[in-house]
Amino acid sequence: MTSDPKDSEDIRLGHADRGFVGKIIRLDALVTGSSLSPQELEQRLVEMGFVEGARVEILHEGTIRRDPIAVRVDNITIALRRSEAMAVIVE
Amino acid sequence: MTTASLRLALVGAPNTGKTSLFNRLTGSTQKVANYPGVTVERKSGSFVTPEGRSVTVLDLPGTYSLRGRSPDEEITRDIVLGRFKGEAVPDLVLCVADATNLRLTLRLVLELKRIGRPMLLVLNMIDIARRRGVTIDLERLSQELGLPVTTAVAVRKGGVDDLLKRTDEMMARALEGQAESQWTAPSISDLKAAQREADRIIAACVTLPAKPDTLTTRIDAVVLHPVWGLAILALILFVMFQAVFSWAQPAMELLSDSFSALGQLVHDVMPESWSLLQSFLQNGVISGVGSVIVFLPQIIIIFLFILLLEDFGYMARAAFLMDRIMGGAGLHGRAFIPLLSSFACAIPGIMSTRVIDNPRDRLTTILIAPLMTCSARIPVYTLIISAFVPATRLGGWVNLQGLVMFGLYAAGITSALTVSAIAKFFLWRDHAPAPFMLELPDYKVPRLRSIAIGVFTRAKAFLYRAGTTILSMMVLIWFLASFPTAPAGAEGPAINYSFAAMIGHALEPLLRPIGFNWQIAVALIPGMAAREVAVAALGTVYSIEGGKEAAEQIGQVLAQKWTLATALSLLVWYIFAPQCASTLAVIRRETGSAKWMVVTFMYMLALAYAASFLTFNLARALGIN
Repeated sequence: MTSDPKDSEDIRLGHADRGFVGKIIRLDALVTGSSLSPQELEQRLVEMGFVEGARVEILHEGTIRRDPIAVRVDNITIALRRSEAMAVIVE
Repeated sequence: MTTASLRLALVGAPNTGKTSLFNRLTGSTQKVANYPGVTVERKSGSFVTPEGRSVTVLDLPGTYSLRGRSPDEEITRDIVLGRFKGEAVPDLVLCVADATNLRLTLRLVLELKRIGRPMLLVLNMIDIARRRGVTIDLERLSQELGLPVTTAVAVRKGGVDDLLKRTDEMMARALEGQAESQWTAPSISDLKAAQREADRIIAACVTLPAKPDTLTTRIDAVVLHPVWGLAILALILFVMFQAVFSWAQPAMELLSDSFSALGQLVHDVMPESWSLLQSFLQNGVISGVGSVIVFLPQIIIIFLFILLLEDFGYMARAAFLMDRIMGGAGLHGRAFIPLLSSFACAIPGIMSTRVIDNPRDRLTTILIAPLMTCSARIPVYTLIISAFVPATRLGGWVNLQGLVMFGLYAAGITSALTVSAIAKFFLWRDHAPAPFMLELPDYKVPRLRSIAIGVFTRAKAFLYRAGTTILSMMVLIWFLASFPTAPAGAEGPAINYSFAAMIGHALEPLLRPIGFNWQIAVALIPGMAAREVAVAALGTVYSIEGGKEAAEQIGQVLAQKWTLATALSLLVWYIFAPQCASTLAVIRRETGSAKWMVVTFMYMLALAYAASFLTFNLARALGIN
């Protein structure tokens, strides 16, 4: 209940546009279009540096349906599809 | 030196310059083999430390963690844990990190620490880090991690001196008692805790520059642009194939002339009474092997491009640009690199599909990899194109021959994508697309030494093939084409009485609808060993038939003997035909069953026959003869 006003500002990275800059709040891999199991997806994202508190910026978008995206996570760049980026909750 | 050699294992995340470090340490002592029972490449080498210890180095597959998501990553895990059968536990683990980008490697280091083996952390590319203004407190880092830490510039001579010194120190201690492994597969919360710990250590030891590196960002703004990015990718591929034709030409002519001169020399030196041996050496061995080795310059150029792009950091970008486009055909963005390697040879291409961890995506990629135009087709294409397509220039700069070549490559790619889309639709309709997650490394100036080693290794492999498989095939086809000898007083060329003619005539009725004569049928048989053998085989068949004109260019002979419709039909045949026994063998090995090998063979054969049939009849209907 207390998180209501905050939730409205939370965005899934998979929905964000190019140029978006934000911070990772948490990972939520339960509802994504990914073919991976939520646990596997979360593990992979963590392995690529997507952890709470990391600064993210969407640098580039693919040609077709603006997918995949290239995301700057702190000081490395990761390419991933929007369906997997849905698991990353940012503000 | 009575002591056995000490074992060192290189471990690290992808893109940390592990391979350049391996190249720097071991130089030309490298050996590439396979791990027993699996098909993961095992790269080993050796060096001697300043204090005279001999060390064998194992370059383990790159990994972000010890979880073992793919066969490659399992090898890395099992070897460092000492679980891998037939592979001794390393005495020292050398963990390689990119000094400009410690985040992901430090978490791996924390995980590796738990296995309890003596370990040394190497911060590679320290020169680039310093130039960018990254400062690292090595003493503090070593303290925090509880590990010795050293720096290296793998690509510079002398850049590993400190590393070698440290190796000596570590090795002296390595033989003392070792701790038990406490490693267990980490859970998500373990991973997160490890990443937080790594981030804390980085915050304590590393000072980042006020301004981040902007060069990569600026290049990417163009190279990853939705429109310009694709245009640049197409341009790079176009230049690559034009280069294969234009740059290689002088070297190829030189090689070709040298081999005919050598053949003529052998012919002249031998007494006339040894005509059988004379024919064997000149027509069988020298012209056979020569006609294959002539293509070495082109193979070197293709590999040069692939390795340059890889080293520069462009390959991951190409995968990014192609992911959605390939996704439309049911392929994974990561399949781009295996498929691009298949332009050089389907075998390394199929083997590199291991980077795709979803088994179905991997299988699709393996099935279509042989459709990508491998370098072994170049000899066949070049021969026919230069014999039948005039070298005119369109609009002043586009070589028509190059354009036809480009078209053949495009046909290969298009058919590969089509087959993949069909496979996706029929074989795994219910299968959701696999994830695409890839690090885009910072651009680096390609290192010529590493590239030279890579090109050299591949050229050596090609020459080895030319020297063994192809030579023995050449001897076989010379035998088939020369025996039994023509009876006394026979009419026509001697080859008409040989085994080769019998086989060719037997196959001819099957191949006549697609415009092939019996000579082509003969050449296709040894062409199963390797596509390029067909060229040498055609040479043998026609030069023996031509008797005295043996030294004449094969191309000129073909231009006289074949119609344009036949030539086009053969070109099209080679886009699709499963004419490579080694590729089929690798497919069986990689998929673990003969089933997919048979599937690949049958579908490619069916495609080849249908496409050639269409081409031949369409060409004739249009009056092309």
